[in-house]
Amino acid sequence: MDRRQFLKNSTAAVAAAGTMAAPWRCARAQAGPIKIGLLTPLTGVVASGGKEMVEGVQFYLESVNYQIAGRKVELVIEDDASNPDTALQKARRLVEQGNCHMLIGDLLANTGLAVANYVKGTGTPYFIPIIAADDLTQRQRIKNVIRVAGYTGSAFTHPFGDWCLKQGYKKIATISQDYTFGHEQCGGLAQVFTEGGGEIVQQFWHPLNTADFSPYLGQLADLKVDAIFAMETGADATRLIQQYASFGLKGKFPLLGAMNATDQSVIRTLGEECDGIIAAAHFAEGSDNPVTQKFTKNYEAKYGKIPSLYGFSMYSGIMWVAEALEKIGGKAEDRDALIDSVLKTELTGSPLGTTVKLDAYGNPIYDVQIRKVVKRADGKYWNVPIASYPGVSQFWKYDPETYMKQPPYSRTFQGIKKA
Amino acid sequence: MKIAGMTGRTAVVVLAILAIAAALPLALSNYQVGLATEMLIFGMLAMSIDILAGFAGRTSLGHGAIFGVSGYVVVYASAQAGLPPALAFVLGMAAATAVAIVFALLAVRTSGVYFLLLTLALGMIVWGICLRWTQVTGGENGMRGDVRPAFLVMHRAFYWAVLGVTTLVSYAMWRFVRSPFGLTLLGIRDSESRMKSLGYNVPLHLFVGFAVSGFFAGIAGALYAMFNNFVSPSTVALAQSVEGVLMMIAGGVGTLFGGFVGAAAIITLENVVSAYTERWQTVLGLTFIVIMICAPEGIIGTLRAILTRKDGDKGRYKGN
Amino acid sequence: MSTFQLLNGLTFAALLFVVASGFTLIFGLLRIVNLAHGALYLLGGYIGFAVATKTGSFALGGLGAMVAIAAIGFVLDQGLLRFVRGNDLRQVLLTLGFAFVIDDMSLVIWGGDSFTVPIPQMLKGGMRVFGVFYPTYRLFVLATGIVVFAGLWGLLNHTRLGALIRAGVDDAEMVEASGVNIRRVFLVTFLLGSALAGLGGLMGGAFLSLYPSADAEILVFSLAIVIIGGRGSLVGVGVGSLLVGLLNTLGQVMFPELAYFVIFGPMALLLAFRPLGLFGRAATT
Repeated sequence: MDRRQFLKNSTAAVAAAGTMAAPWRCARAQAGPIKIGLLTPLTGVVASGGKEMVEGVQFYLESVNYQIAGRKVELVIEDDASNPDTALQKARRLVEQGNCHMLIGDLLANTGLAVANYVKGTGTPYFIPIIAADDLTQRQRIKNVIRVAGYTGSAFTHPFGDWCLKQGYKKIATISQDYTFGHEQCGGLAQVFTEGGGEIVQQFWHPLNTADFSPYLGQLADLKVDAIFAMETGADATRLIQQYASFGLKGKFPLLGAMNATDQSVIRTLGEECDGIIAAAHFAEGSDNPVTQKFTKNYEAKYGKIPSLYGFSMYSGIMWVAEALEKIGGKAEDRDALIDSVLKTELTGSPLGTTVKLDAYGNPIYDVQIRKVVKRADGKYWNVPIASYPGVSQFWKYDPETYMKQPPYSRTFQGIKKA
Repeated sequence: MKIAGMTGRTAVVVLAILAIAAALPLALSNYQVGLATEMLIFGMLAMSIDILAGFAGRTSLGHGAIFGVSGYVVVYASAQAGLPPALAFVLGMAAATAVAIVFALLAVRTSGVYFLLLTLALGMIVWGICLRWTQVTGGENGMRGDVRPAFLVMHRAFYWAVLGVTTLVSYAMWRFVRSPFGLTLLGIRDSESRMKSLGYNVPLHLFVGFAVSGFFAGIAGALYAMFNNFVSPSTVALAQSVEGVLMMIAGGVGTLFGGFVGAAAIITLENVVSAYTERWQTVLGLTFIVIMICAPEGIIGTLRAILTRKDGDKGRYKGN
Repeated sequence: MSTFQLLNGLTFAALLFVVASGFTLIFGLLRIVNLAHGALYLLGGYIGFAVATKTGSFALGGLGAMVAIAAIGFVLDQGLLRFVRGNDLRQVLLTLGFAFVIDDMSLVIWGGDSFTVPIPQMLKGGMRVFGVFYPTYRLFVLATGIVVFAGLWGLLNHTRLGALIRAGVDDAEMVEASGVNIRRVFLVTFLLGSALAGLGGLMGGAFLSLYPSADAEILVFSLAIVIIGGRGSLVGVGVGSLLVGLLNTLGQVMFPELAYFVIFGPMALLLAFRPLGLFGRAATT
């Protein structure tokens, strides 16, 4: 036969083989493993956080022998390279080629938004313990995107603003990375603080990955404020804290941080510069709650470092999904049942030592700790709670419907109440 | 006998390739069809870079930005301004061409490494705009939208549409580089001073060549925006330009259709490697190094060299 | 601009100078746009960090960084670039590939955490200069930048090697024709340029920290400086570093939005209209 005929025949043969395999695959589906796709930045600018996300998930799955509801669990890990285009590509691979029943992970908000947009079309459940973009659980909610064990950008800074008022602070300046997460954290603080009579004297926004903070520190030094709130993550946090100390500002103004700024992933490579910085978070690795202590101790024993937000959040996240799956007999294929179960689950085994549940909008409610960086007996630094706000939701004390009528926090809208 | 400018034998080969390409989705999974679609789109990008690099001797590190701008305009027009997909597509192409014209105006008097650096710098400026102009571009988060027309939502349908566009574009590019204008570009590549002394307006030719190259890159960019329903600053970043150049080189500078081969090779390699290790960046770097040292003519170029050596004094080769 | 911000710009410029001077030596004489220069900076920082923390000596860290990066530069030049001599585009892309490999390997070895090179006790804290309280270490960086400038000036203008380098920048073939082993001059230059990148990494690592994208950032600055200042000119690199350092600081204070344009705008314009930069001289070949 000629070349064209041969090609047509082979194509037909391959196609036939493809369709024939399908029914066989379907029949085996129920008994096969639960496939979970983990997207995480293993390379790129937030690579260290990404690695800890993997550790957190593996730490949990190992503790249950990779079994949920009697079914084996297969964890497929893909690198999103801290980049939304790559995240989208890998999400596609996990869902279309890897046949994963669900996706979990991502760190940077823009990667999360890209993947969320994709799963909106495929209906795959997507769990985001780390992504904090407010709107994914507020105004632009997607049914199958759920923030288990996570938080919104403004959730912890609302009570923090209240705490600042209680300290007697009247004037605060903020310096923050200029992106959604930064806007939301600062906005949360600014709204509550100004509504209570405080004043936000000035706000500095700098591009992500600013190496040299000296221009901002120079301006901050000249202000008359009671405290400075720094919303930084990753390497920016490391540099700001160091440069803040080296420019002599440490003794001048108390430094308040976003929880990412005093997270273990930052302070474990720092020295006395980070001593005494105060932040608000759900997790404080130095807490004396026995469940937290046990978690921290075991994690440190296994991975040689004190757990950070990334390890903790993913551990809690996968635990939440596992508890939800147990309730539906491990039927990961039934998406609606899974999502429904996740929304109803109350996490009982959380390292926080309390039961955590979701509000009506799919976001967890936490006891927020005001925590301080202190030096441990062995010389390492960690966060210890100094005050607590129980049962805080993403809406703080506001009525949800009213709250959602105000625009999302941005550079131009910080919720500041004019005096 | 010539059909549409090709000899009979070439036309048969081309038709066979098209037939295989059209039949592929019937044999591949949805994910693989997606990959094939990407290969077509990036193949087009690589070819557009080749028009300048292979035929005019100017390698640009700014085509990723041109490609990405088209995507931004398409998504914006579609998601924010609510325009129909066809109109958004045309606007995207126009925007890319406009950016290419601006780049060209600044770059035509340079060559070699300086051309490379200038296009790099211009690309970075575009990236900076996309990153910082949050009101319009969405900044860091990029823009999302349902850009595809309803009948192209399915994987296969979209693939066939892309295949159709790619075929037309490839044909147009092929005719372009073989036209008298294209031959002038080749002359400029080989010896600029000679062309000048022969009376050709070199900067004008380069300018037009750049604009045409940008136009084609814009088509690829618009298709990519439709493929992803999403665009972000990484679509216009330097890495995108670098990837395009690498695909072009892997296929073979000056071979035009080598762009598809290069794109297919790199995309396949990336998929295979990422399944086994996270060290894709190292593999990519090593690939660059190996290609530069051992096979700078790329896959097609090396194949051609082997074939011409085999043909001996007949010296005939396929395609060109 | 206040004294404080002026010092910020100057000290940043000093660091940029150390790194960019290495880049321009290689670009100016060897005509290689070494896109791995940023990766060498970062790797130098990591190695310097490792040595400094192990030995407790900042100076040893600096020495270690310079020696190690010079060695890697040797591998790059003799082991890889020699196969693509004379072809500008291939050289550039090869160095880019090399940068990818170095970056990824650095990630594997040190992970993605940010590290800070520990500085010696006497450089910690701050001092009062011109009426402002300023970190001592940054002043040290400024001083080092000046010393490196002086050292390179002396080398280029008062030594035989320097004379050969300057002649080679103008016309490498002539130098070779006059019987000098130009290959050796090239190699020494490449090693020196690389060592400067390593030194820059150590110094930068102490106040800007070391993290996975630091290489791309410093490379971009180096490119801008060398384009603005001019190929192969030491004064050009000095002026370019000052301009870029000061513009960057000013830009961050006054228009943080436009951070890129403040640097890339002038760079693009210069490339388009005066590719030789402010002080560059055309090679006669």
